[in-house]
Amino acid sequence: MTSPFQANSSSSSNIRDLIRHNQDQKSFRKTMEVWIPRFLFLLASLSVFTTVGILLILLTETVEFFKAVPILDFFTGTVLKPLSQTPAYGILPLVMGTLVSSGIAILVAGPIGLMAAIYLSEYASRRVRSILKPALELLAGVPTIVYGFFAFTFVTPLLRQWIPGLEATNILSPGLVMGVMIIPMIASLSEDAMRSVPAAMREGSAALGATKLETALKVVVPAALSGIIASFVLGISRALGETMIVAIASGSSKNFTFDITESMQTMTAYIVEVTSGDAAAGSTVYYSLYAVAMTLFATTLIMNLLAGKIARKFREVY
Amino acid sequence: MLHTRQPSSPSRIRFRLLADRAAKLVFGAAALFGIVIMGILLARITSEGLSWLSLDFLTGRFSTSPEKAGIMGAVLGTFWLLAVVVPVTMIVGIGSAVYLELYSKNGKIRTFIQTNIANLAGVPSIVYGILGLTVFVRVLGFGSVVLAGGLTLSLLILPIVIVAAQEALRSVPSQLGDASYALGGSKWQTIQSVILPVALPSIMTGAILALSRAIGETAPLVVLGIPALLIPFPGGILDRFTVLPMQIYYWTLDAALVADYAHLAAAASIVLLISLFLLNGSAIYLRNKYSMKA
Repeated sequence: MTSPFQANSSSSSNIRDLIRHNQDQKSFRKTMEVWIPRFLFLLASLSVFTTVGILLILLTETVEFFKAVPILDFFTGTVLKPLSQTPAYGILPLVMGTLVSSGIAILVAGPIGLMAAIYLSEYASRRVRSILKPALELLAGVPTIVYGFFAFTFVTPLLRQWIPGLEATNILSPGLVMGVMIIPMIASLSEDAMRSVPAAMREGSAALGATKLETALKVVVPAALSGIIASFVLGISRALGETMIVAIASGSSKNFTFDITESMQTMTAYIVEVTSGDAAAGSTVYYSLYAVAMTLFATTLIMNLLAGKIARKFREVY
Repeated sequence: MLHTRQPSSPSRIRFRLLADRAAKLVFGAAALFGIVIMGILLARITSEGLSWLSLDFLTGRFSTSPEKAGIMGAVLGTFWLLAVVVPVTMIVGIGSAVYLELYSKNGKIRTFIQTNIANLAGVPSIVYGILGLTVFVRVLGFGSVVLAGGLTLSLLILPIVIVAAQEALRSVPSQLGDASYALGGSKWQTIQSVILPVALPSIMTGAILALSRAIGETAPLVVLGIPALLIPFPGGILDRFTVLPMQIYYWTLDAALVADYAHLAAAASIVLLISLFLLNGSAIYLRNKYSMKA
C-alpha cells in the first residue's frame, strides 16, 4: 500500500517517513529473528518439564508412602489389603497380575505379529500390502475401552463355555485381547526391521536355490533380529501399561497366584480402583497410588530403554 | 533337477516347495488374524448396539434409565476437550519440532530433548493421568474440568505430534529453503512462508492420528476423576464434563446391574469407532496421497 513508488516524491518528509517505516519493520523483523528461536526453545523444553514433573511427583509422594510402609514390605509383600482394618501393602499381587496378563498378551501377539510381519515383508504383493497395512493401522486405532468392552461382554462368556472354572472376571480374557491389541505394533515394527534388510541378501539366498520360506527364516529374520526383539520388548512394555482392558475384564481381586482363570489386578487397574474410589488425599492408600505408579513407570521406562539399546547395539550393519 | 544323483532330491525339493506354500498360507492367515478379530468385534458391537442407536440416543441427555439415556453431553464434552487439546498440541508440537529440526544445532541439548521425547512417548497413559491429577486438578486447583483433562491429554499426545511434525519438516526438500534464502528471506521468513506450508499436510496427518488417540483415551481421565452420567452439558473449558469413552466405561461396569447398559455401551462404541475410523482413515488417506506424490 505504501510502496515508495506510490508515494508523492515531491514531499521529502514523506520519503523520510517511509525510510523510517522500513527501518522500523526491519528492526522488528530482526527482533523477531532473535526472539522466535527463544520462544520455540521454551516450547521444546516443555517436554523436559513434563518428564521432570512426572519424576518429581512420583518420587516425593513415593517417599511419603515409604514413611508409612517399609520399602522392603512393599516390594516383598504378597498381600495387598489397603482398605482392611489391618492394611497390608505388598505390591507382588499387582506385579503378578501385570506380568501374567502381559505374558499372555505377548504369547499371542509375538508369534502372530512376527508371522504377519514376515508375510507383509516377504510374501505379500504390493497390492495386498497396500490393503493390509492400513487395515492393521485401523486395528491399532481401536480405543482400548472398546477392547475392554469386547473382552468383558464377548471373549469372557465365550471362553467360559470351554473353560468351566473360568471366573466372570479373570486375567486370561483381557490378556488375550491385549495380545490382539498389540499385534499391529509388533507386526509393523518387525516389518520395518525386515524391510531394511538389503534386497541383495535375499537375492543371494534365492540364487543358492532357497525358497522364500528358507530365505525368510534363515536370512531375513536373523538379519532383522535386533529390530524384531525390540518390537517384542516395546509390545510387552505397552501391555504392562495398558489399563482399561484389565480394569474392566479382570476385576479387582488382589490374588497372588499363577491361576489365569482367576481374577487378578494389575498395577494399572489398582491405580484406577484407588482413584475412582474416594481415597482421601494424604492417606496411606492415596500415597500407595504413587508407589505403584512409580514402579510401573520405572518398569516401562527400563523396557523402552532396553528396546532402544537392543535395536541400536545388535543391529547388523551392511 | 531330476538329473541330479542325490536320491532324495526330487521328493526333498517337493517338500521344500510345499513347506513354502504352506508357510505362505499360515503367515497370510496371521496377517489376517487381527483383521478377522476386528471384524468379530465390529459385528458383536453392531449386533448389540445398532438397534439402540437412534436420534434420541445421539441428542439425549444423561439418564439412569436406559431407554432415555443419550450421549449428547459426552459428544459436547469431546468437542470442548478438543478446544483445549488442538491449540495446545498444535502450537507446542509444531513449535518444538521447528526448534529441534531447524534451529537447534546438532548439539547436546537437541539430543537430550530428543531422547526425552522418545522416552515420554513410551510412558503409560495412566501415569499422565497421575501427573494431571496432581498438577492440574490438585495443585493448580482446576478440579475435574475440561481444562485439566485437555492439558493432561495434550501432554500425552505431544510426543507423537512432535515426532510426526519433525519427520514432516525433515522431508521438505532443502532446495526450497535455499531458494528462499537466495531471495533474501530471513530464517523465520523462510520457515514461516516456505517450509511450514510445504510440510503442513503431513504435519496434519500426524496431528489427526494423535488427536484420535486423545479422543479414544480413557485411563488418564478416570484417574482425573472425570464423572459419567448425570451432569449438565458442559458450556466451557472450566465446566465439568465427560466423554464417550468414560460413558462406555461406566455403562460396561454397570452392565451387571442394569443389563441394558451393555447395549448402551455398544451403541456408544459404534459412535466412537465410526468417528475414529473417519478421522484415522482420512489421515491415512492424506498420507498415502502425499507420499505417492513425493
